[in-house]
Amino acid sequence: MNAQTVAAPARETVIEVRGLINRFGTQTVHENLDLDVYRGEIIGIVGGSGTGKSVLLRTIIGLVRPIAGEVRVFGENLLSLSDERRSQVERRFGVLFQSGALFSSLTVAENIALPLIEHAGLPRMDATRLAGVKLALAGLPVDAGRKYPSELSGGMIKRAALARALALDPEILFLDEPTAGLDPISAAAFDSLIVTLRNALGLTVFLVTHDLDTLYSTCDRVAVLSQKRVLAAAPIDEVARTDDPWVQAYFNGPRGRAATFAAHKGKD
Amino acid sequence: MTTPSLPGSATLSRDAGGARLALSGDWTLLHYMELQARANELAGTVGNDVKVDLHAVGAMDTSGAFVIAELLGSQRTQALSQDESLPPARRALLKTVGDAIDTYCKGVKKPRDAGFVVLLERIGKAMGSFWKQTLKLLAFIGITLQGFASTALRPKHWRVTAVVAQIEQTGLDAVPILALLSFMVGAVVAFLGSTALASYGASIFTVDLIGFAFLREFGVLLTAILLAGRTASAFTAQIGSMKAREEIDAIRTLGLDPVELLVLPRVLALLVSLPLLTFIAMIAGIVGGGVVCLAVLKMSPSMFLSMLQEDMSLTQFLVGMAKAPVFAFMIGVIGCMEGFKVSGSAQSVGEHTTSAVVQSIFVVILLDALAALFYMEMGW
Ligand SMILES: Nc1ncnc2c1ncn2[C@@H]1O[C@H](COP(=O)(O)OP(=O)(O)OP(=O)(O)O)[C@@H](O)[C@H]1O
Ligand SMILES: [Mg+2]
Repeated sequence: MNAQTVAAPARETVIEVRGLINRFGTQTVHENLDLDVYRGEIIGIVGGSGTGKSVLLRTIIGLVRPIAGEVRVFGENLLSLSDERRSQVERRFGVLFQSGALFSSLTVAENIALPLIEHAGLPRMDATRLAGVKLALAGLPVDAGRKYPSELSGGMIKRAALARALALDPEILFLDEPTAGLDPISAAAFDSLIVTLRNALGLTVFLVTHDLDTLYSTCDRVAVLSQKRVLAAAPIDEVARTDDPWVQAYFNGPRGRAATFAAHKGKD
Repeated sequence: MTTPSLPGSATLSRDAGGARLALSGDWTLLHYMELQARANELAGTVGNDVKVDLHAVGAMDTSGAFVIAELLGSQRTQALSQDESLPPARRALLKTVGDAIDTYCKGVKKPRDAGFVVLLERIGKAMGSFWKQTLKLLAFIGITLQGFASTALRPKHWRVTAVVAQIEQTGLDAVPILALLSFMVGAVVAFLGSTALASYGASIFTVDLIGFAFLREFGVLLTAILLAGRTASAFTAQIGSMKAREEIDAIRTLGLDPVELLVLPRVLALLVSLPLLTFIAMIAGIVGGGVVCLAVLKMSPSMFLSMLQEDMSLTQFLVGMAKAPVFAFMIGVIGCMEGFKVSGSAQSVGEHTTSAVVQSIFVVILLDALAALFYMEMGW
């Protein structure tokens, strides 16, 4: 749909990863990984299971301390900031974790109201009302707000988690496989919601996904994680032409071809 | 958005062309409180014919759009989102938020007003849930007994290893704390007894007091209460966290019976260890009382023992011991049942653990009181 609305040439870098090395025990997950993310773009991160997409995301948001290398978000190295400064920067991004990570002892509405109360200093009443709107924005019915996370379906958890990620109107949205576990219609709605939000709010979206349709319909650029580094980071048609067995298998396998076909048909 | 921003403002003016609402500044979460306050002021005065001008607005996010959309109402928000003179991004935002509010407002029900009726309703609900709770407990007792009956004749289904492991955890590991506790309570009872009886010159009967107290009541009661706190809670937490992670469902789908796998070994282990622990508590309590008798009443050990032997019949011991298996069964069943009641959250595990301890102590003391009445009537 809006895939080719890439910003003008002089692009501002909001996330800058240089020479990143991540290791767990003897297993090296990232080796000299470089990546830039520009303001206002939707960048899709793809790669096989276990290639370290989630770890990369966690490193960027400062939950994993890398062995070496540098990660800058808004030009700042999160790990070297004071707690207070760091919290200020963290307020500017919203994160949707792969498993939702909703607080199980709070209702969905309370989950979303929490950052509004804690960070934006809203009274509970206003926060709850605003939370209801964020829920609706993420496509959940209002009575879902009164439920506890354990009472939600997998797809509803994703939506509730998106609503919480959007609570503070962040500048960067980190999404870890947001459409996994959604039915195709909801997934498509989710995709267009993300594009709408990006267009309306000027969000930068860091999107980890396995969903080829999502890649084609939402992403301005796609970064392929393979062999412990970013193999390619470019618009999707360009990436699909990369001469690498994994990339070829990914984009030109049966599912890849179907998605390409659907995407091109959609454009005509 | 990093530059310091001016809070949004709204001015309503009237001229020849009619009323005009001009918005300016930043309509963002940062200024939410001011924006909401301003919107509340304007709420009544913005008529349907007002022209809305958004061209001077700086930044706008979903929170700001929410305030605007709520102020204008859904129809005019939709109209505004069609306004070609606004940048497409802003129109998209207004449309998205407007749609969201529509669905949101449709679903909101008016909160009911509190008062006497609500109080009655809550009392009624509490009674209802107490009754349901009791029924559930009875049902679970039934399920457990049925489980015992059906596995008793099928030695293949006996989970000996699990039972032995549970006996170690619930029985053996509790011995030191239980012995110490009973010893000290025994000593305290002896002190009290010797002081109270001394005024009648009957302090020698402290021995009988200790004997009666520990054989009939304290031995088994102390053990049961200790295990209610120690073991019922452990059972609930173990089974509850399995429940929370859908492991119980996994057991079922593998064609196994969670009652047979989880409940029976635990209840059986308690049935074995609680009577044994009761015996230890009786001995430790009597020893504790004895030590005080020797020290305070200057009794000789042989005199203490011969008095005990003369005045205590075997009935006293049996009367106390007979309660042990009943308590064990109830503690085990309540602990396991609460575990099965856990729902997804971490908090739920905590709530049911507390509930298991409270319930099992309550049931133990209730049964003990009933038993005391019964024994009295029977003259045992
Ligand atoms: N805390 C950890 N300790 C040890 N190893 C870890 C840890 N976190 C991740 N790993 C390892 O790092 C590798 C990358 O994990 P990661 O979760 O990033 O995969 P992924 O690319 O997100 O996969 P998927 O698509 O399945 O979500 C895996 O091999 C994983 O076992
Ligand atoms: Mg992952």
